[in-house]
Amino acid sequence: MIIAIPLCASLLGAIAILLTPADQPGRVRRIAVAAAGAALAAAVGLGLTYDAARGGYQHELVIPWIPTLGVSCHLGVDGISVVLTLLHAICAFAGVLVSYSITERVKEYFLFYLLLIAGVFGVFTSLDLFFFYLFYEMAVIPMFPLIGIWGSHDIKDYATMKLTLYLTAGAVLALLGLLGLYFAVDLRTFDLVALEQWLAQRPLPGDLQRWLFPFLLVGFGVIAPMWPLHSWSPIGHAAAPAPVSMLHAGVLMKLGSYAIIRIGLGLLPQGAYAWMPWVASLCMMNILYGGFVALAQRDSKFMVGYSSSSHMGYVLLGIACLNAVALNGAVLLMFAHGVMTALAFALIGHIYDQTHTRLLGDWGGLAKAMPFVATCFTIAAMASAGVPGFGNFVAELLVVIGAWDTYRWQGVGAVFGVVITAVYMLRAVRTGFFGPLPARWASLRDATTPFQRLPYLVLIAVLVIVGCWPGPLLAVIDSSTHSLIDRVNAIRTVARLDHPPSPSLPLPSGERGGMRGSAEAAG
Amino acid sequence: MAACAVILLAGLHRPRLAGAAAIAALGAGFLASLALLAQALGHPGEAVVEHAVPWIAIDGLRIELGVLVDPLAVMMLLVVTGVGSAIFVYSTGYMAGDPGVPRFFAMLSLFACSMLGIVLANNLVMLFIFWELVGVSSYLLIGFWYEKPAAAEAGKKAFLVNRVADFGFILGILLLWTISGATGQERTFAFTELAPRLHELAEGGGVAALGVGLAGALIFCGVLGKSAQFPLHVWLPDAMEGPTPVSALIHAATMVAAGVYLLARCFFLYAEIPAVLALIAYVGGVTAFFAATIAVVQHDIKRILAYSTLSQLGYMVMAIGLGGYGAGMYHLTTHAFFKALLFLGAGCMIHALHTNSIWEMGGLRRAMPVTSATFLIGTLALAGIWPLAGFWSKDEILAIAFHRDLILWAVGTLTAALTAFYMGRLCFVAILGPPRGHHHAREAPRVMTAPLVTLALLSVVGGFLGIPRFVHHHAQVHVEFNPLVAAISTACAIIGLAAAWRLYGRPSTVPVLLQLKWRRLYQLLTHTYYVDDLYRWLIRHGQDRLATVSALFERYVIMRWCVNGAAVTTRAAGYALRYLQTGRVQTYALALFAGLIAIIALMLGAHAS
Repeated sequence: MIIAIPLCASLLGAIAILLTPADQPGRVRRIAVAAAGAALAAAVGLGLTYDAARGGYQHELVIPWIPTLGVSCHLGVDGISVVLTLLHAICAFAGVLVSYSITERVKEYFLFYLLLIAGVFGVFTSLDLFFFYLFYEMAVIPMFPLIGIWGSHDIKDYATMKLTLYLTAGAVLALLGLLGLYFAVDLRTFDLVALEQWLAQRPLPGDLQRWLFPFLLVGFGVIAPMWPLHSWSPIGHAAAPAPVSMLHAGVLMKLGSYAIIRIGLGLLPQGAYAWMPWVASLCMMNILYGGFVALAQRDSKFMVGYSSSSHMGYVLLGIACLNAVALNGAVLLMFAHGVMTALAFALIGHIYDQTHTRLLGDWGGLAKAMPFVATCFTIAAMASAGVPGFGNFVAELLVVIGAWDTYRWQGVGAVFGVVITAVYMLRAVRTGFFGPLPARWASLRDATTPFQRLPYLVLIAVLVIVGCWPGPLLAVIDSSTHSLIDRVNAIRTVARLDHPPSPSLPLPSGERGGMRGSAEAAG
Repeated sequence: MAACAVILLAGLHRPRLAGAAAIAALGAGFLASLALLAQALGHPGEAVVEHAVPWIAIDGLRIELGVLVDPLAVMMLLVVTGVGSAIFVYSTGYMAGDPGVPRFFAMLSLFACSMLGIVLANNLVMLFIFWELVGVSSYLLIGFWYEKPAAAEAGKKAFLVNRVADFGFILGILLLWTISGATGQERTFAFTELAPRLHELAEGGGVAALGVGLAGALIFCGVLGKSAQFPLHVWLPDAMEGPTPVSALIHAATMVAAGVYLLARCFFLYAEIPAVLALIAYVGGVTAFFAATIAVVQHDIKRILAYSTLSQLGYMVMAIGLGGYGAGMYHLTTHAFFKALLFLGAGCMIHALHTNSIWEMGGLRRAMPVTSATFLIGTLALAGIWPLAGFWSKDEILAIAFHRDLILWAVGTLTAALTAFYMGRLCFVAILGPPRGHHHAREAPRVMTAPLVTLALLSVVGGFLGIPRFVHHHAQVHVEFNPLVAAISTACAIIGLAAAWRLYGRPSTVPVLLQLKWRRLYQLLTHTYYVDDLYRWLIRHGQDRLATVSALFERYVIMRWCVNGAAVTTRAAGYALRYLQTGRVQTYALALFAGLIAIIALMLGAHAS
């Protein structure tokens, strides 16, 4: 079954590396490339064979595991996770190629790297909450050695501890929510599909949903990363070696928002309705505050790190709107932003390997010494700044259009966030790459061989294709977001008929009503 | 359909490594545009052609990619491809020997492709997409010599100023999109669907005038940026750091005119909101006058021309603001001819003399006869001397102003005098004045002078091509040729030229005396009214301070206080709790005993009560 290939390929790759002698780094690398390549091919196959017209979960595979507890290894994808699987496969493949620059303890490095890859594939493809959580932890744990051993020396100890503790604490909170959900439903199953069907017929009481939702929201929000729980992430990016940052910022952060969509919206729609106004306000902090903090950074990796947390605010905003257009935008942005960030971190890694400094002010004029890298970085900066022609533009446009009807002022703030992004990104390009080249950097090497250029070109190609021709990808995403939103709305209407809305709901605070009012006034 | 091929061709040739490919593509585009023109002239009744394919089609949102060909688009196509081709040819000579030539032509083609996209777009989102892309290519081309810090800064500034403007633009688009749903149909971005709907809404009074007005004003924000109107004009003079053909093509003839084109494109919207139209007219008028005064004191030939461009763009915006849809587009076209000509001529001089300062030029009439002659033709056309192109188009604007708003007419006429003055100053010093400096000037090669001659011809005959009859809108203000207005503005132009001759035609001490006499004014003008300084102050004290405060908050409050605080608390709790588990039996026994006593005491207390 094609669905298991990405996961199994990376796991088998890890085992094969474990069995390879440590003094054969070449072979270890080749195994890793083969595993990531196989996973990528399978992910592309999954994407191509996914039938958008039919929608729903496809390529399902069920292996019973612990029947008494209702645990089974249930794999499958819908339109959202198939796109994210593809994103992860692309980033992982590019990351393995970029990892050729790692020369220290190659065997151990690739072992942990493939475990990380396998964990993330597991999260995106499993439809069982038990395995979902298992893989989630499996993705978080390898980060500890990967940053702790191969990270930048100045900050890695603090960063590793902080990242691991933070994510574990979030995971525990999410676990409490999951267990609460498990025990609240009489079905006694962890199977997501079964739970969805069950809850569509018999939704949980509104109060219980409102109690459970924050556990999931905060627990997964840590990794999303939702303001003010984001502070582990920029320093984590900065400390990690480039390929790890690529996966970390490119994919790992998307686990949080994916889990909020999949479990939060899918199973607790009323809870989502009650709490989403909070999320919409918090993500403004992500976007604007994160943008301003990024503006103040001198360190390139910290800048891109804060930029990531700023742009994940758009994803959260897209989720918070609870309409199909914005949710499509959110998922597409997860994809596009993942690719763009991976590109940016890979390029910074290339430069850091030679200059041994991440400070933009120390670089200067690098376009002369490494024109290819500079061009790619400018492209990444442009993509991040929402220039049309790249996927990010389409995605952010969808989020803003979706937000326009629900949270108009947040939408305006989000558009302003793009202006801030342009400011810090162009500043970075100006300081780091333009201007005269200092004499000490005259001997820097560009990425010249096709093999060195491959990862960058792959990532750029993906960005451009999605930016110019988003139709097919959007159709796949839309097939699932639409039904998800429909289900959320349906349950909400049912629930509202049962319990008339009480004024003690946590917030709406008139905000939503106000938006509606102004929309009508303007229309 | 031919125009679709234009985009494809220009796109295909983008990465090619030679200018020839770029020229061929744009030339083909020009021929295709001519074919479209012939078609449009042949069938005046059914001149609007629209083709669209869906780009994003999900429930509740439909965005198309499509072309809309009407007389307005054909006119603009001809300007872009025609003037563009001339400039492309010129560039092969100007850029010869530069190591970055392939990159240059790739970017130039990217620009041409995006510009054609703006012209042909059939909906606001598509227009916005290409609008941004011309911004990107402008950024890349201004910063073409990226090693020059000034060029890198200027590119960044241009992009960011436009970004701020586009912030308003996209909000305006979204607002208009929302409003378009008020008729009960699916909301739309397409021009041809928006126009009847807005009209219907305005007729029925079923729409808040405030909303439409706000949308119009927000869209005008985009124009402020792209067409460099006051107060977002600051990027254009700095953009002169780019190669001169770029300045001619992007920052004089086409891209900056895109804002005016957008206003014309959305004229159906502005026709419904007179208040915003008046605002637009005044912004245009202020920019026209304001930029002309600055141009009087500049020394750099390209900067003089840049401020002149600002001023002329102000005229165009003012024309549209006064309801003169046709007049604005007319002036756009003629201005494209003579301003491209002037920039290319300036490029020849810079190429020959290796300086930008007009005080280091001079004596070029003999050394560079073709360049000088064509430059003088361009100057006269810009000054509005009969019978050159500028005379006709400028007078049409002034006639409308005379008809509609006398204040703006006065401003426009005064600006005409100033225009003649600063252009006269430029010519008398740089071309007709005595030779200065050590450089031995030589005429530019044929490949550079041929475009000059072509553009000079267009500047001469541009007034007789019947452009205003070709491009018109049913809601526009129409006025007849007014001999009085024409006579006054011509007189002003001649006075301006005469004043320039008096001050700069011969060696004279008067300019210096005037500078000393009006020192305050001179300072104000040389500092471009301190607008740049104001923005610099705002960035330093507003934006950067906010960023620093946010970063400090992040560092001290969130990281140190909250996150690390939680860690410290945990650790402290760990240390405290460690005393509970000392491993000594005596301690445990003591605790056990104390607990026992406490329980007994509690029980006794319970009994007693």
